[in-house]
Amino acid sequence: MILAWMIIILMAGGLICWLLARWNKEVVKWVALLAVLLDLILACSIWWQHGGVPTSGANAWLIDYKAAWVPTYGISFHMAADGLSLVMLLLTYFLGTLSVLCSWNEVKGRIGFYYFNLLFTLTGISGVFVALDLFLFYFFWEVMLVPMFFLIAIWGDSNRRYAAYKFFIFTQAGGLLMLISILALYFIASAQNGAFSFDYTDLLGTTMQASTARWIMLGFLLAFVIKLPMVPFHNWLPDAHSEAPTAGSLILAGLLLKTGAYGIIRFVLPLFPQVTADVAWWAMLLGVVGIIYGALLAFAQTDIKRLIAYTSVSHMGFVLVGIFAFREMAMQGVVMQMVTHGISTGALFVLAGMLKERLHTRDIGRMGGLWTSMPAMGGVAMLFTMASLGLPFLGNFIAEFLILMGSFGSNVVITVLATLGLVFSALYSLRLLQKVFLGQPSSHISLPDLSMREMLIMASLTIAIVLLGLYPQPVMNLVSPVIKGMEKSVSFEMNNHQSVISIP
Amino acid sequence: MTSVQLLALLPFMLLATASIIVILLIAFKQSHTVIQVTGFLMMCSVILAMWYVRDVLPVAVLPLLVVDGFAAIFTGMIIFSVLVVGLFSFIYFEEREENPKEYYILLFLSTLGAAVLTISRHFISLFIGLELLSVSLYALIAYLRTRNNAVEAGLKYLVLAAVSSAFLLFGMALIYMETGSMEFNAIAQKTGTTLSPLFVTGVGLMVVAIGFKLAIVPFHLWAADVYQGAPAPVTSFIATVSKIGVFAVLLRFGQAVHLQANSLAFTIFAALAILSMIAGNILALRQDNIKRLLAYSSIAHFGYLIVAFLPGNEAGVEASMFYLLAYSITTLVAFGIITLLSTRERDAEKLEGYRGLFWRHPILAAVLTVALLSLAGIPLTGGFIGKFAVLTSGVQQGLWAPVIVLVLTSVVGIYYYLRILTTLFAEAPSIAKKEKVLHPFFYNAMYAALIVLAVILLGIGVFPSGVMNGIKEFLAIGGQ
Repeated sequence: MILAWMIIILMAGGLICWLLARWNKEVVKWVALLAVLLDLILACSIWWQHGGVPTSGANAWLIDYKAAWVPTYGISFHMAADGLSLVMLLLTYFLGTLSVLCSWNEVKGRIGFYYFNLLFTLTGISGVFVALDLFLFYFFWEVMLVPMFFLIAIWGDSNRRYAAYKFFIFTQAGGLLMLISILALYFIASAQNGAFSFDYTDLLGTTMQASTARWIMLGFLLAFVIKLPMVPFHNWLPDAHSEAPTAGSLILAGLLLKTGAYGIIRFVLPLFPQVTADVAWWAMLLGVVGIIYGALLAFAQTDIKRLIAYTSVSHMGFVLVGIFAFREMAMQGVVMQMVTHGISTGALFVLAGMLKERLHTRDIGRMGGLWTSMPAMGGVAMLFTMASLGLPFLGNFIAEFLILMGSFGSNVVITVLATLGLVFSALYSLRLLQKVFLGQPSSHISLPDLSMREMLIMASLTIAIVLLGLYPQPVMNLVSPVIKGMEKSVSFEMNNHQSVISIP
Repeated sequence: MTSVQLLALLPFMLLATASIIVILLIAFKQSHTVIQVTGFLMMCSVILAMWYVRDVLPVAVLPLLVVDGFAAIFTGMIIFSVLVVGLFSFIYFEEREENPKEYYILLFLSTLGAAVLTISRHFISLFIGLELLSVSLYALIAYLRTRNNAVEAGLKYLVLAAVSSAFLLFGMALIYMETGSMEFNAIAQKTGTTLSPLFVTGVGLMVVAIGFKLAIVPFHLWAADVYQGAPAPVTSFIATVSKIGVFAVLLRFGQAVHLQANSLAFTIFAALAILSMIAGNILALRQDNIKRLLAYSSIAHFGYLIVAFLPGNEAGVEASMFYLLAYSITTLVAFGIITLLSTRERDAEKLEGYRGLFWRHPILAAVLTVALLSLAGIPLTGGFIGKFAVLTSGVQQGLWAPVIVLVLTSVVGIYYYLRILTTLFAEAPSIAKKEKVLHPFFYNAMYAALIVLAVILLGIGVFPSGVMNGIKEFLAIGGQ
């Protein structure tokens, strides 16, 4: 029930924001902040209760809530959280809180509707992370889309409409194909079980012909890799990320991309264990292409937000490689990467937003030498570009190290190529830092350094990324029973150097 | 005719009485308001009568009509739509150049035609119903006869509808020649499982007429012009009532003679569905006139509906009913907004006129947003559940080609709905012109009705099981 409450709190908060904005604009911000903080506290309390005891065995679900919704079709309101969901929920509410904080002064117009959309996007995202009924999952998958569209289309930058359309249509195309796959799976499973049900647990053991399974799996996979995004479906990402308002970019990079990875881990692997192994080689290859291509394009950008957006493409390539390596260690790395990328890239987007607020431009060419006027911001930016290039002591290092280590046993060539990504990431990260904060100052206007609110945002992000880099064990403890549970169904060959994937 | 049969026909007789009462009211020089209110009450009484006779159903009024649960649902939808259309009509026609009173006679006659279609089980009643519907529509479309577009639209509809009626009659004649009967069930018995070429030709000719009424490609050429030229309430009437009636009879005929079991007929319908989905969505992309845009979008929507018609089973019927319900509410909302925003001189049909509506009329824009999202099939709205039901029935039968086309074209469709949406939320031109509301009572009633409709749309989108069970219950009444 606590999971349903999280959803309800966000929805109610969104509606209250919209209605209140007519009377008082200040209260609206506080209501939004309160709603997200309340959810953060709820998520932490779940962690507190269940985090200490690593659950094992058949029942990896920490919380399970089920109620009938549309019994005619066998649709239920089934939500459950295991370690993986919990990690993602914590990330969602952490970044959600920051997204409210970072739009505190940035958003001037239509404030009520803005927070309504922000909170509804978060509703959809948290719903995606806990939904165990496939219909419900699809429902939330779409619910996070529409408000995000509005966030980009109304409060975005100059080219916002184009970016918003592109974002919506790409994701919707994937989503609808997934819907067909869900339906196909539903009918096959119901023919076997004798009862109509969209429930994940009922669909889990469905057996079908390899060719059927491949088509259905591709429907799911396509939806998720578009969201992830995998090259060549990454096209929407740079536009959406760069045109969105700061909070929008933060949520897009930090959370929305993660729903794609989450979907692959939660649905594609357990539902279609055999056929995913068949496409693993291709997925890893495209992952590597994404790593290198994203990094190279990031290096060539002149728009700071586009640059950061392309680094996301590169980092998400690691996630894809890690997932399809089918190794426990790589999978641990993937979850770490999801969390740390959310924090580090989110932080970079927040920084870009702060720069834009001060300089009214996203063009790197018109920045330079900002360290002298804003030393604090420069320091923080230094930290997060270092995180992004994978410096030890910071979270991203752990994640990428685990992924590379895990996938080395699975596919040597691809792992070696993926390692190149780290070199390229040093290139673009250092270029970013050098162009923006070092060098000759381009203008002599003194810019205000971080305010208290901004300091608070950056401090919490910094603490999070450093903590994850020094002591990642809590996250791993939460996630490892989930991965171990998958081991049974997906026939992982854990820590076994014999290759599961035959290279065609 | 027994008393039970008379009782079962009570709603339809009340409907017929409604137009006579309006004639009498006009004869006694009653005001527009009186006619409007009387009409409203009559329609309510039809719905009540339908509810009242529900227990005696199904009743066959041989050989022409059958009143069963199937008919009850569709008639219910039709009357519900007319209630709303009637409400829209008051403000619209009160402020226009024509005398508004005769309008209601035509409106109710046309409704009667649509309602007769839902209960017909015979070619004669089908034809009577269809003609009753069409003939009144000719006049309704061209009602504001001083406007150029209206006359053009009326003539276009007249000529094409007459031609399509001829096709219909010829098709019926061929089927009669082959089977020796005009009654759906008798035809089904005569033909058995294999349909002869002559029979399929007959069906093919009938499809032309039905396709014309439903505006499915390639019989859609009138749609955009008529939608644009007709007064906004009449357009909403064409988009809902007339199409519901025709779709109902198509569904009943298809069920009776197992049309979908014949591979040739099946292929024809599948092709029509695919063509409509593709053409409708693509033609809508570049429209700047919202009425034309909705015309093309409704072509696409009937393509989706035909996908639910294709399986020819119970699930398909339920899906199409739910879809039609969601579609009608959505369309009514959209045209309601157009009606409300229309001025004396012209209908609010230019997309540009909607720029920044959200910041001027937040409630209206929010209602329109819900309607557009429902048309696009986004969750939380009834349109999503409808599309989901249609997809479910298609996937269940393994109709991959239509289903894939449905999905891909609805992605295309999202683009133009988003175009309207972004226009609604765009920066407003700063002309804060406050128009005087002429009829506050009806204006507010309409406002309230639109809000209620939007809430219903969200309601059936979040909790669809009530409606679905209702549909199942009614369908269980009398499987004729």
